[in-house]
Amino acid sequence: MTALLAAVDWGQIGTLTVSAGLGVDAMVFAMAAMGLNIHFGYTGLLNFGHVGFMAVGGYGVGIAIATWGWNPYLGLVLGVVFALILALLLGVPTLRLRADYLAIVTIAASEIIRFLARSTTLRPWTRGTEGLNEFAGEFYALNPFKATFYDWGPFFFTGNNLFIILIGWGFTLLLALLIWQLMRSPWGRVLKAIREDEDAARALGKNAYWYKLQALMLGGAIGGIAGMLQVIAKSTVQPDTFQPVITFFIWTVLILGGVGRVWSPIVGSMIFWGLLALVENVLRQFVTEGFIPPSIMDQNQVGIFRFMAVGIGLMTLMVYRPQGIFGSREEMALDAR
Amino acid sequence: MPADMATIAHEPGVSKPDPVLAVEGMRRTFGGLVAVDVDKLEVQRGVITALIGPNGAGKTTFFNLLTGFDQADEGSKAFNGSSIVGKSPHQLARMGMVRTFQLTKSLTKLSVIDNMKLGAKGQRGESFLTSIIPPLWIAQEREIEARAEDLLRRFKLDHMRNEYAGTLSGGQRKLLEMARALMSNPSVICLDEPMAGVNPALTQSLLEHVKSLREEGITVIFVEHDMDVVRDISDWVVVMAEGRIIAEGPHETIGKNQAVIDAYLGAHHDAPLSFEEEEEQLAAAMSALAETDQGEADPAGRSTEEEE
Repeated sequence: MTALLAAVDWGQIGTLTVSAGLGVDAMVFAMAAMGLNIHFGYTGLLNFGHVGFMAVGGYGVGIAIATWGWNPYLGLVLGVVFALILALLLGVPTLRLRADYLAIVTIAASEIIRFLARSTTLRPWTRGTEGLNEFAGEFYALNPFKATFYDWGPFFFTGNNLFIILIGWGFTLLLALLIWQLMRSPWGRVLKAIREDEDAARALGKNAYWYKLQALMLGGAIGGIAGMLQVIAKSTVQPDTFQPVITFFIWTVLILGGVGRVWSPIVGSMIFWGLLALVENVLRQFVTEGFIPPSIMDQNQVGIFRFMAVGIGLMTLMVYRPQGIFGSREEMALDAR
Repeated sequence: MPADMATIAHEPGVSKPDPVLAVEGMRRTFGGLVAVDVDKLEVQRGVITALIGPNGAGKTTFFNLLTGFDQADEGSKAFNGSSIVGKSPHQLARMGMVRTFQLTKSLTKLSVIDNMKLGAKGQRGESFLTSIIPPLWIAQEREIEARAEDLLRRFKLDHMRNEYAGTLSGGQRKLLEMARALMSNPSVICLDEPMAGVNPALTQSLLEHVKSLREEGITVIFVEHDMDVVRDISDWVVVMAEGRIIAEGPHETIGKNQAVIDAYLGAHHDAPLSFEEEEEQLAAAMSALAETDQGEADPAGRSTEEEE
């Protein structure tokens, strides 16, 4: 037993876990979850199609540069504009209605966007299922990390990866500060009031509809930026990377961190991706070392099993700490009254 | 009761000398059900008007129509002489008409002081762009906070200042909701069952607060079931039944009003209780009927039935 455990390279597992917790996926999901946090955590909007905002952001920058040959910075602007337009399209007709309608419309819209991007009709712009490639070059031309690889101790990153990760996390931190400021201002107070009881806010002279629309646009734009970072980091826009399941990963990240807290999306995302990497690498080494016999699990099944493990972890969290990592138990208790 | 109210006739739809709110021909139907059908109602400025009526009379629907939470199918309403038809609740609140709810809507996960501060009107920091730059609104925020703390002291909630509103008791929530509504400096405040679910000790202090609103010149309209409360604080009582206004007047006259008694107890509440009594009355009616021409009496009887 001890011999087997000794054969496992715990150092490598730790390195891979930390790298995943700081990597591109963690960064993109942290930012996307910050957008969702504005929707659900602060305003109470049920958005089940957040990946749609990421998709329009990604396609905005991709189409602008690869198809139309625009200046890359204008491409970034177009990505945000697309996300804002999507927020208006979703919000204007539904935000006057009960909360459930937005949930229905968002989940449908995110799939409509993916199918539109895949469709042959829009092929001249989106190039269908192949997706758009070779548009990120001009961003990486700014990369000051010219070497192919950088390593610090056990950690190593490619130059391009390091560049996008630093830019992305830096931007995530800036946005977190912006959200922190917004939510301690009277504007944020109105959002939270709408989350608690929309009619009470309206009775006190607050235009709940307009505030909800603003929140949807702000959170949507942040989702769009997350999508742009993702496609630039991977140098490709593929319609099928924007599956509905991404939306639910973002929800998982948000709930893990604790709903309605500024830092929870960041920490939630780091833990989510770190945990996935940890479970995967531990299992892989166990399978390789024969600690888990092939009759129970082989290498190909590890990738699927890690999501089950994270699911069990999340269930345990919901039982023992339903408010998430940063949430307040006191606030949770108020819901039950 | 103010002197100029003394001369007003005690009849439904009567004109008031200085109406702050005026409603005419307001009708609201839900499918086949006519929930509200008010021909005319004026609310006198600066007095406490009670809106009473049996369950299902349409009081809350009428309240929702007045405050913009529901829109009438037809009819006009005016606030300070200008029409407010089609105005949304937040617009009316900004014009100076705020309301509270039958089921208190305290914002449970906001602190008591945040609940209060939310009530203030015209906050610069409530716009997205200025909210990012605190120097633009921090001075106003401090003013609002000071005013909120004054009101909290007045409503004896200052010891709960930093608690979540969700931890307050039902009565304290009613107090908080009223105090929060006052943060907007309203000219009309509409209270939907302010005393429901409040313990007797707190009822007294709530009543005092409502009376003090009148002293500040605020017009109060409230829905209430507790007749002791109505008798204690109202200057004018409006009675609704089946969506219509059936009586108006000071509370002394309302108790004696036949239409009100009928609405609460049923029109036949003094109908015979024993079989013999009923037989007797029937026989008398039959003999009366025999005397008159049957051709005349029958259609008349049928038409009144249809009306009901």
